[in-house]
Amino acid sequence: MAKQISAEARKGWTLISPPAFYAVLMLAAPLATVLIYSVMTGEKGAVSLPLTLDNYYELFTKPIYRALMWRSLYVSLCVTLATVILAYPIAYFVSFYVSPSKKSLWLFLITIPFWTSYIIRVSLWRTILGYDGILDSMVMGLGLTDTQPNILSNGVLSIIITLAHAYAPFAVLPIFVSLEKVDRSLLEAGQDLGESRWMTFLRVTLPLSLPGVIAAVLIVFIPTVGDYVTPELIGGGKTPMIANLMEVAMLKQRDQAMGSAIAVGAMLIVALISVVFVLWNRRFLGGRK
Amino acid sequence: MKQGSGLRGYAFLYLLFLYAPIIILPVFAFNNSQVVAFPLKGFTTQWFGEMWADANLRAALGRSLVIAVVTASVATILGIFAARASVRYAFPGKAPVMGLIMLPMVLPDIVVAMALLIVLLSLSVPLSMLTIIMGHVLLCMPFAVAILTSAFQSLDKSLEEAALDLGETPASTFRLIILPLVMPGIISSFLICFTISIDEFVLANFLGSGKPVLSVYIFGQFRFPAKVPAMLALGTLLVAFSIVLLAIAEYFRRRGIARAGGKDTGGFL
Repeated sequence: MAKQISAEARKGWTLISPPAFYAVLMLAAPLATVLIYSVMTGEKGAVSLPLTLDNYYELFTKPIYRALMWRSLYVSLCVTLATVILAYPIAYFVSFYVSPSKKSLWLFLITIPFWTSYIIRVSLWRTILGYDGILDSMVMGLGLTDTQPNILSNGVLSIIITLAHAYAPFAVLPIFVSLEKVDRSLLEAGQDLGESRWMTFLRVTLPLSLPGVIAAVLIVFIPTVGDYVTPELIGGGKTPMIANLMEVAMLKQRDQAMGSAIAVGAMLIVALISVVFVLWNRRFLGGRK
Repeated sequence: MKQGSGLRGYAFLYLLFLYAPIIILPVFAFNNSQVVAFPLKGFTTQWFGEMWADANLRAALGRSLVIAVVTASVATILGIFAARASVRYAFPGKAPVMGLIMLPMVLPDIVVAMALLIVLLSLSVPLSMLTIIMGHVLLCMPFAVAILTSAFQSLDKSLEEAALDLGETPASTFRLIILPLVMPGIISSFLICFTISIDEFVLANFLGSGKPVLSVYIFGQFRFPAKVPAMLALGTLLVAFSIVLLAIAEYFRRRGIARAGGKDTGGFL
């Protein structure tokens, strides 16, 4: 029996070795390099010994780094909140009110915009929100206001709108999947026992769909912190976030040690927030089960 | 059903928000004005002509196509190995290995790009289309694995055992039984990886040499207001093209599930 297991393990390992080898070479090794570089001394285009924590000290104390880190987290939290709150009713609608044969059509409709050119979508938001752009000319044409709203001049707000649009499908799908798993007979039971529709939703459906909500929060929050394209295009480089700072450190200042520390620091903070969020949910919301 | 109708109205508004940029694309691509704003000025196909006359754009498109085809092929082949291994076999260390393969899905692109760039620079590897492909394969592999895993999961193990009992070798079983059954998944994976690669900007920008690929070229052109209408024309074509590709991918994915006798459970992600 033991031999059989090892034969299966060997087969499994043989089969997985090409993709595993690729991932180790192209991902694990570079990430390890970044980790090592982050504790070295950086010079123009090179790193050297001795090992030091100076980069991290600078990252967490220098005002510019702290300001951009806070901005990235703030933008990302707003985007997460907006996408998840906007997505929940859609997921609920598709799961509870759309006939099963049409569900995948709806999901398909929701995911299509995600697969169309990211750069063009982001650039379009600049054209929509900009001064004398599509939104301005629409609002003026309808006579709603006398002055152009020119949302683009508010860098952070336009970045939030653009990212909330880009990540919308990511929030809908996990919530939809968890709503699909909700046992419909529980809802009938709730209403038979005299709860109103709204109370049944609050006390049965919502708690049962929380795993999907948590997944949606993480799926949106984690990548938006590190978004590079949107601040670059929408903010016109005037509203940089942490990813743009990383680029400046790495390529413009050619300080690979500092750039690596920013990368590791950002990933650590994101991981920390995600873990705290998941634990907090387990403690306060999952505890009801 | 009153609650349902309110939700339905909201759903249509939400779809309108999602599709706003895509609806705007063709409207202004055919608009006879260099200024992208209302009111519309009349119909023209001038921007499509201008776009097509741009030799740099054609070159960038060519590079993107080569990169996308190679990336999609390599990522799908590597994805077949990983998906087959994870569905069929139990082995120690499976969870961490699969975790590493799927990691690029949650890492910010910029981190992946910078990490790869550091290593490439320190090994003095010249940046080229090859280095972009290396990055894109890494990025596409998790999507290929996700699609192919569901294809392999819906495979009935007894079909494979029957073939082996009837005297086929493991290799011929794979070729004659498994491969045809997961073929829709393979095609779907190829198309998705192709779309991701064509679209990807961050890795293509940092790992590429001075010769831009399509996404990098578009990024640069949007800085010049005079170039925007031609870019909208290009965007219209790209959107139409990717909707066709996705519809084909979706068709094959569904056929795959139907062929294996499964039930359709949803979209790509």
